[in-house]
Amino acid sequence: MKTNASVPFYLKWVPKGRTVAIAAPFIFLLVFFMIPFFVVMQISVVDPRLGIPPYTEMLQWADGALSLKFNFEHYVNVLTDEMYFDAYLCSLQVAAITTVICLLIGYPAAYFIARSKPETRNVLLMAIMLPFWTSYLIRVYAWIGILKDQGLLNNFLLWAHVIHEPLRLFHTNTAVYIGMVYSYLPYLILPLYAHLVRMDYTLLEAAHDLGARPWKAFVTITIPMSMRGIIAGSLLVFIPSVGEYVIPEILGGADNLMVGRLMWDDFFNNMDWPVASAATAIMVMLLLVPIALFQHMQSKSIEEGAV
Amino acid sequence: MINMTPSKIQKSASCTGDPNFIQIIDVVKKFGSSTAVDHVSLNIAKNEVFGLLGSSGCGKSTLLRMMAGLETLTSGRILIDGIDLASMPPYHRPVNMMFQSYALFPHMTVEGNVAYGLKQESVPKQEIKERVQSALELVQMQDYAKRQPHQLSGGQQQRVALARSLVKRPKLLLLDEPMSALDKKIRQKTQFELGNILYKVGVTCMMVTHDQEEAMTMADRIAVMSAGKIAQIGTPNDVYEFPNSRFSAEFIGSTNMFEGELSDDDSDLVICPYLDTPLQTRHPNNLPKGAPITISIRPERIRLHTQKPQADSNCTHGVLEQIAYMGSYTLFYIRCTSGKMIEVNVSRQVLGQLESVPHYDDAVWLSWDLDSGVVLAQ
Repeated sequence: MKTNASVPFYLKWVPKGRTVAIAAPFIFLLVFFMIPFFVVMQISVVDPRLGIPPYTEMLQWADGALSLKFNFEHYVNVLTDEMYFDAYLCSLQVAAITTVICLLIGYPAAYFIARSKPETRNVLLMAIMLPFWTSYLIRVYAWIGILKDQGLLNNFLLWAHVIHEPLRLFHTNTAVYIGMVYSYLPYLILPLYAHLVRMDYTLLEAAHDLGARPWKAFVTITIPMSMRGIIAGSLLVFIPSVGEYVIPEILGGADNLMVGRLMWDDFFNNMDWPVASAATAIMVMLLLVPIALFQHMQSKSIEEGAV
Repeated sequence: MINMTPSKIQKSASCTGDPNFIQIIDVVKKFGSSTAVDHVSLNIAKNEVFGLLGSSGCGKSTLLRMMAGLETLTSGRILIDGIDLASMPPYHRPVNMMFQSYALFPHMTVEGNVAYGLKQESVPKQEIKERVQSALELVQMQDYAKRQPHQLSGGQQQRVALARSLVKRPKLLLLDEPMSALDKKIRQKTQFELGNILYKVGVTCMMVTHDQEEAMTMADRIAVMSAGKIAQIGTPNDVYEFPNSRFSAEFIGSTNMFEGELSDDDSDLVICPYLDTPLQTRHPNNLPKGAPITISIRPERIRLHTQKPQADSNCTHGVLEQIAYMGSYTLFYIRCTSGKMIEVNVSRQVLGQLESVPHYDDAVWLSWDLDSGVVLAQ
């Protein structure tokens, strides 16, 4: 008797493998991403106070009345605060410039890797991924040793007589850009490579055959064919770059006011958690458009068999 | 076997252009230590459809790619209309290719694909529009101008690819395995259509194929290639009826090979150890007596008898071992007493005229005419 009726009733409650596989990441994201995010959102609408935690409760019981209070003052403060406005602008600018530099360096690299022999290709991909084996923080610290006044770079340039006095790099925006481009470059190269390696190179031959010079064929065929990779890679660089805290903190000067640093100051120095939370919420909203765009690209790629 | 299409008969008549329009002179292509194309020379006449036929890896595609400029020549010269192409990059050559995979640009519409080549040579916009329109009309795809390539069937994609390679009015059109991506059923219909379009346009065309039927249907002349060399060049009829080598006899159609040696006394007779009677054939006079010789006889040239025919030569007998009924014809495989297997192709009509239809294990006799055998070069 092998019918469903023979299955003990309690086993019906045991989820199937498929459900478990889908539910696991959802539960993980719910617990470790969505709930903390809602906590932040909640903190952004309550009042600050001295004490632990340094904010008031949203739901308050006083004099027999239950009150639910939303205070949007912090949003108004952040949005009208010139410092925050500049910080958002600065963050967007740094992220945009980082993305463009990554693209200029990363596109030729991804193209070269995709067009090299399969054996060489694996070695080159390995080289791109190798830095991930070392902690990100340590790698950013290592740049201090390279960029400081008596660092590797300056000593080398002095020795080679290219310069006569050390370049001022450490604690400047240049150092921030160097650190950002260095850290985020693999995130651009890898998705772009994945698109370029799948491209049918007979299309380029067809373009040449139809009279297109190599540069023209590159612009009219290769770039449009890899546009999805360009957008996906750029967003993977741009989105985390906006909220970057570690690199400007370690390599940047005091004048670098990216929004990540300002939030840190509000959270830990000013103990003004609600304002910092409001600033965070605003940043997420700013990034919503590029994130949605990225999601759209991803699902479209999957639908079309990842072309 | 040989399909003479109406278009081809008309075309052969119109094929009076310069016989040396395209000259391939002693072309060699080496990849490392292996030689893909080995001292190939051939001429193609203006407006001729020339077929390169061979199995995969014989060098035919490499030769085609060298014509397009997608491969460089190790040595040799290629002239089109007297102009040497050797140092000319692909984007300057008056040559367009229809790729095996069609290589349509997936991010452009049908119209955009066809216009691409014209845009590269800064043709005025209005003219591009007109030429694209007429190219699409030629292949009857004018209603699909705004579609994307992935929305088209295989046959439609092929027609767009053809329009794209014809719209620039190339001096030479290259077709790389034009039918290989199509279903078998629409292949034959497409062969005729493509042949008609080529005739209408009057373009010189070089096509590569491994399918002999395709080559024979569409080409005015074919070259059979083997191991980088040309085994034979001729009209489909010549190559089929008078193969010059074992390779081309076996590659095009099926055939029976008879090895033997010339008789000492009668120069017409070949002593073939595994046949009952001597084999009589015409052969070049310069062969010495007793010389070894190979004769090819096509299966449809052999007659099947249920009774012993009266003949002193070109006759043998055996046991019917296999029968393959193919509809319009039937293939019989006869095992001779010597063990040699002979294939015979009997048409439906001839089969009906036999006194009795032979069955498995029946003793049968075979005979053929003096002209049926072709002497192959050793």
